[in-house]
Amino acid sequence: MAYVLRRLLEMVPVLLIVVAATFFLAHAVPGGPFDKDRPLPAEVKARLEKYYGLDQPLPIQLGNYVVNLAQGDLGPSIKYPGWSVREVIGSRIGVSASLGLVSLLLAVLIGVPVGVLAASRPNSWLDRVPMGFTLVGICVPSFVLGPILALIFSLGLGWLPPCGWGSAIHFVLPACTLGLITAAPLARLTRGSLMEVRSLDYVRTARAKGVPPLRVWFVHALRNALLPVVTYLGPAAAGLVSGSFVIESLFDVPGMGRLFVTAIINRDVMLILGTTIVYAAALLFLNLAADLANAALNPKVARSR
Amino acid sequence: MSAPVVESLASESGWQRFRRDRAAVWSGWFLIAVTAVCFLSPWISPYPYMAQDLAHSAAAPSFAHWLGTDLLGRDVLSRLLQGGMISLFVGLIATAVALAVGICYGVLAAEVGGRAEDAMMRFVDIVSTLPLTLIVILCTVVFGQNMPMIFLAVGGVSWLTMARIIRNQTREMKSSQFVQAAESLGQTRWGIFRRHYLPNLAGTIAVCATLTVPGVMLLEAFVSFLGLGVKAPMTSWGLMIKEGADIMEECPWLLISPSVVFALTLLSLNFLGDGLRDAFDPRSSRK
Repeated sequence: MAYVLRRLLEMVPVLLIVVAATFFLAHAVPGGPFDKDRPLPAEVKARLEKYYGLDQPLPIQLGNYVVNLAQGDLGPSIKYPGWSVREVIGSRIGVSASLGLVSLLLAVLIGVPVGVLAASRPNSWLDRVPMGFTLVGICVPSFVLGPILALIFSLGLGWLPPCGWGSAIHFVLPACTLGLITAAPLARLTRGSLMEVRSLDYVRTARAKGVPPLRVWFVHALRNALLPVVTYLGPAAAGLVSGSFVIESLFDVPGMGRLFVTAIINRDVMLILGTTIVYAAALLFLNLAADLANAALNPKVARSR
Repeated sequence: MSAPVVESLASESGWQRFRRDRAAVWSGWFLIAVTAVCFLSPWISPYPYMAQDLAHSAAAPSFAHWLGTDLLGRDVLSRLLQGGMISLFVGLIATAVALAVGICYGVLAAEVGGRAEDAMMRFVDIVSTLPLTLIVILCTVVFGQNMPMIFLAVGGVSWLTMARIIRNQTREMKSSQFVQAAESLGQTRWGIFRRHYLPNLAGTIAVCATLTVPGVMLLEAFVSFLGLGVKAPMTSWGLMIKEGADIMEECPWLLISPSVVFALTLLSLNFLGDGLRDAFDPRSSRK
């Protein structure tokens, strides 16, 4: 428990640094949010900037921002007048979170069993064929796999809608794209680490004293072999985030990834800041969750801290 | 003085081991071919990559245009070569940036030791949990979408793994006898870095570099795909895939050829990197 608290406290300075770095980067973006095709009259622009607090020196703006952030206020959105950044993100985050979770689940449900299967019969066709596919999965980026899946399953066979959002069927293509891409490294990792663990002394001892083979495999070997796999879930989630930028644009999904890209294009400083902070916080929490799961699986880790 | 001799012996047997790895050798030849063709494209490509021929726009592959033409009637093969040049160039330069930063940071961390080292490595841990794609996108937007900026931004976030590996190896070497001998002979830190650390790190660096290039190219393609990287009229494989995906229903060849070439290049780089690692760094191979 003390460990969890310490890790949570450690996150605070990290997040502050992220906020400050993003803040200065976002404010250094050339071209302000009020630069349109037709220039605004100077006094209108000045009043707008005053309203959004953009006329104050940057360090003061940053201070105000952090104080507001601590109260859960991410400031007003500039391109969506009348909406706060929190509301804009709130309306999108559910979409991205559900898509991300389904993809991650899919990746684990495909990747881990494939890795176990491959490791159970090394160098047989059961190993070579799936591992060949995972190699392709590692090298084909999501923005190639997505269009190809869409080309086959919606334009060719007509089974699935090519884009859009709203019902469960719209989940299939984006979630499969992200899930398959993430499943590939997971399967390779599971296989590699199982192969390593199964030659260890304790596994041999368990087998020698007559533990049933399936029990050795799933209880003794797999539990230890899954440690690196669980650790990888943190970086995997980061990969899903960057994948979502592309996949959401590609399949027309109204989620956070597309929001971020639009915010960048619109130079909406407040929205860029808000989305970056939400992403960074989410990833830090996921890494913490992966570490905790690791500790739960491995008493050695739990004791050493 | 015996260190360089041992190094050359080790690398010789390494090459022999490498040559037996057929997948890695073929990947190496494929990469050399692709790189050569792409970098020679200003002289050998069938059409200028910007030349528009609106009379023959969106034409399917034919004898005149082996891979077809795009919506503006530009030859896809010529654009593929030019885009490849940009993609590979970004991959190489950004990897060089990542290498330089990673080596300096890793060696420095191992050299200072103690609390400062812990802090430096903790920093690497923390940064690697952050969404790096996001940072690259922010940087390209802030500092402009020019090529040097893309190199710096992509390279600047790709050095973390490298720093970690280099630091571990340097730490091992630091307490080894040959480094201690050099120290007692009055060799300067810079001399030790140049004469002992670098030659011994060379293998690791080569492997790391090969495995960093695909990641870096992927990152560039990602950013270009979102329209935030390489700008028209220049092109890169990521940008071509994006343009192809937009109109894949009508002109699938615009999507297929860049996707296939890009995926094959990344695949070869991974094969080559794995082969090099197995041949020169048997300790870390996972076979």
